[in-house]
Amino acid sequence: MSTATGEHRGSAVAESGTGSLSATGATGAVRRSRRRWYVRLRRDRTLLIMCLPALVLLGVFGYAPMLGLVMAFQDYDLYDGILHSPWVGLANFQQLFTDPGFLHAFLNTLMLFSVQLVLFFPVPIALAILLDSLLSRRLRALVQAVVTLPHFFSFVLVVTIFNQVFGGAGVLDTYLRSHGVTSPFDFMTDPGTFKFLVTSQLIWKEAGWSMIVYLAALAAISPSLHEAAAVDGAGYWRRLRHITLPGLKGITVLLLILNLGYALTFGFEQMLIQLTAVGPGAAQVITTFSYENGIVAGNYSYGAAAGLFLGVTSVILILAANKVAHLFGEDGLYRK
Amino acid sequence: MTTTSARPTQVHQAPRAPGARRLSARLLATAERPVWQERPRASTQGAKSGGIVVILLLILFPLYMIVVTSLSTQASINQAGGMVIWPHGLSFGAYQDVISGGVVDRALLISLGITAVGTAFSMVVTILAAYGMSRAGSFGHRTVLWIMMATMFFNGGIIPLFLVVSALGGYDQYWALIAPSAVSVFNIIVMRAFFANTAQDLIESARIDGASDWRILWRIVLPTSKAVTAVIALFYAVGYWNSWFNIMLFMPSDSSKWPLQMVLYDYLTQNSEMVNSAAAGFQSAAPTLALQMAVVTITIVPVLLAYPLVQKHFTKGVLLGAIKG
Repeated sequence: MSTATGEHRGSAVAESGTGSLSATGATGAVRRSRRRWYVRLRRDRTLLIMCLPALVLLGVFGYAPMLGLVMAFQDYDLYDGILHSPWVGLANFQQLFTDPGFLHAFLNTLMLFSVQLVLFFPVPIALAILLDSLLSRRLRALVQAVVTLPHFFSFVLVVTIFNQVFGGAGVLDTYLRSHGVTSPFDFMTDPGTFKFLVTSQLIWKEAGWSMIVYLAALAAISPSLHEAAAVDGAGYWRRLRHITLPGLKGITVLLLILNLGYALTFGFEQMLIQLTAVGPGAAQVITTFSYENGIVAGNYSYGAAAGLFLGVTSVILILAANKVAHLFGEDGLYRK
Repeated sequence: MTTTSARPTQVHQAPRAPGARRLSARLLATAERPVWQERPRASTQGAKSGGIVVILLLILFPLYMIVVTSLSTQASINQAGGMVIWPHGLSFGAYQDVISGGVVDRALLISLGITAVGTAFSMVVTILAAYGMSRAGSFGHRTVLWIMMATMFFNGGIIPLFLVVSALGGYDQYWALIAPSAVSVFNIIVMRAFFANTAQDLIESARIDGASDWRILWRIVLPTSKAVTAVIALFYAVGYWNSWFNIMLFMPSDSSKWPLQMVLYDYLTQNSEMVNSAAAGFQSAAPTLALQMAVVTITIVPVLLAYPLVQKHFTKGVLLGAIKG
C-alpha cells in the first residue's frame, strides 16, 4: 500500500555529476547554490515539461475544485458565481449540524461501515488460507482467477447481477413462488437487511482481490517454521494459530488501519445506485447526502458544506490512520 | 503471484488418467506434499473441496445464468418463469435485436470509444509525468510529486468539480467523461517507481552520448517497462469501461449520448423502456428478459476479454510489487 516509493534512493550521487561542473572557482556559498539552482532547472527542464500535462489536469480538476470549496461559506448562485455570491459565514454548517437528514446520513455511514468491516474483513484472510492450503497449483490458479474476476466489474453490473438472483423477478423469487411461497422476501428493496446486502455485494466483488495481499504475506512465511513445528508434533490447527496467523498480523493491522481512514467516504456508488430502490432511510450516506442536496436539489453551497466537512474529517482520519500504522512499525499510505 | 514459486517443493505431474478423467487429472496435478505434512483426513478433504466448489459456484453461477437467459427462446423463459437455468433451445435473437436496435449498439460504440481514447490519453499523461519525476536529484521532482500526492488526500468533492466542469462547458460533452478522471496519481507513482529502477546505467550512458529525455523515454525506458505499462493501461481501460458516476454527474439526461454502463443502470432502475423499445421498433421476436440479459452480457464480455491479460501479469508479481512498494 505504500505509495511513496523510490524516495529512499541515494539522490546525492546522481546529482553531483553535472552539479559540480557549474560550481567551479572560489565563488561564495550563496551564489554557488543559486547558480546550481538555475543550472539544475535548465538541465531538467525537459523533465518538468513532461510533468506539465498531469499538473494542468490536476490543477483544473483537483485544485480548482478545492478553491471552489469557499462556496460552502457563501450562498452560492449559479449566475453570480464564486466571485459575486454573498458570503454567509458558517450559516451552512449551522444548518448542516442541526439537519436531522445529515445526522442520519452520518450515523448511517458509520453503521454501514462497521457492519461491512466486521463481516467483510475476515473473508479475504480465510480465503487466502484456504487457497494457500491447496497443493495443486493449477487448481489454485483457477480459483484465484475466478474469485478476483468480480473486482473488475462495475457496481452497476454487480447490483444488476444481485438483482437477477435476489430481486423481485430474480431466480430465487421465481423459485420460491413456484414452490408455493406467495410473497417472497425481497432482499433488494428491504431497508432492514440493506446492510447485509451491501456487505454481501462487497464480499462478492472484492474479497478475492483483497485476498491477493494476504496470499503474498502467506508466501513470505518460511516453510521451515511449519516444518519445525510439525516435527515437534504440532498439528494443523496449532500451526495455523501459532505460525500462519501471526505471520499475517502485520499486514492485517495495516489494512485494517488504512481501511478506517476511508470510513466516511465508504460506498458512494454502491449506495447511490440502490438509493431509490431501498430508500434514503437505509442507503443515505454522507457522500450521497452531499450529492442529493448539491447536484439534484441544486443547493450547491449546502452540498459543498457537507462535502467540505467530509473532506476535512477524511483527511484527519487518513492522517491519523497512517500515524497509527507508523506506530505499529508499518509503512502506511506514505513512509514516515 | 509469487506464492507458488516460493515453495521449495517440486511440481510433479500426476499420472495421466485416460479419457474423460484427463482434464481433472491435469487440473489437480499437485505439488508434492512435504514429508512433514500430515495427510489430511478424508472429511477435511471433503469439506475443503465442497468449500471451493461453493465459492466457484457463487461467482460463476449468476454469470452462467445471465448468459444462458440471454441466449434463450421465449418458450424456455416462459417455462422457467424468469431466469433460465436449464436451457431448451438456443437463440441469438436477443443479440441480433440488441445490436441492430440503435440504442445498445450505439452505447457499446460510445463505451468502446471513450475507453480507447481515454486510456490512450491517460497513458500519455501518466507515462510523461512518471518519467518526469523518476530521475533522482532532478530539479523539483519531489515538489511536483507532493503537489500531485496532495490530491490523493484531499479533494474538493463532487459539487465544486461539477461546477468547474460546467463552467468549462463540459456538461453533456464526452470530454467531461474523460478529462476529470484521466490522471490517477496512484498509477503515476507506481509507474515512477518502476521507471526509477529500470536500467539507470543505460540511461546515464545514453545521456552522456547526448540523447534527449524524449528519446531515452521512447527508446530505453518504455521498451524495458512493457509489463507495468500494460497493467496500468488495462487498469485505466477497466476504469473507463466501468465508470458510471461521472455519466450520472455530467450527462444525466441526454440518453442519446449514454455509454453502456448508464444504459445498464437505466435498465436496472427504470426497468428500462429504452432497451425494450429498442427492439419494439421492428417487431422483435426475442423475449424482453433475453434482451435485458444480452445487454448485461455485452457489458461483461469486454472485461472477460481483457481479464486474462491482467491475470497474466499478476503471476509476474507486477501488481504486488506495486502494492507493496
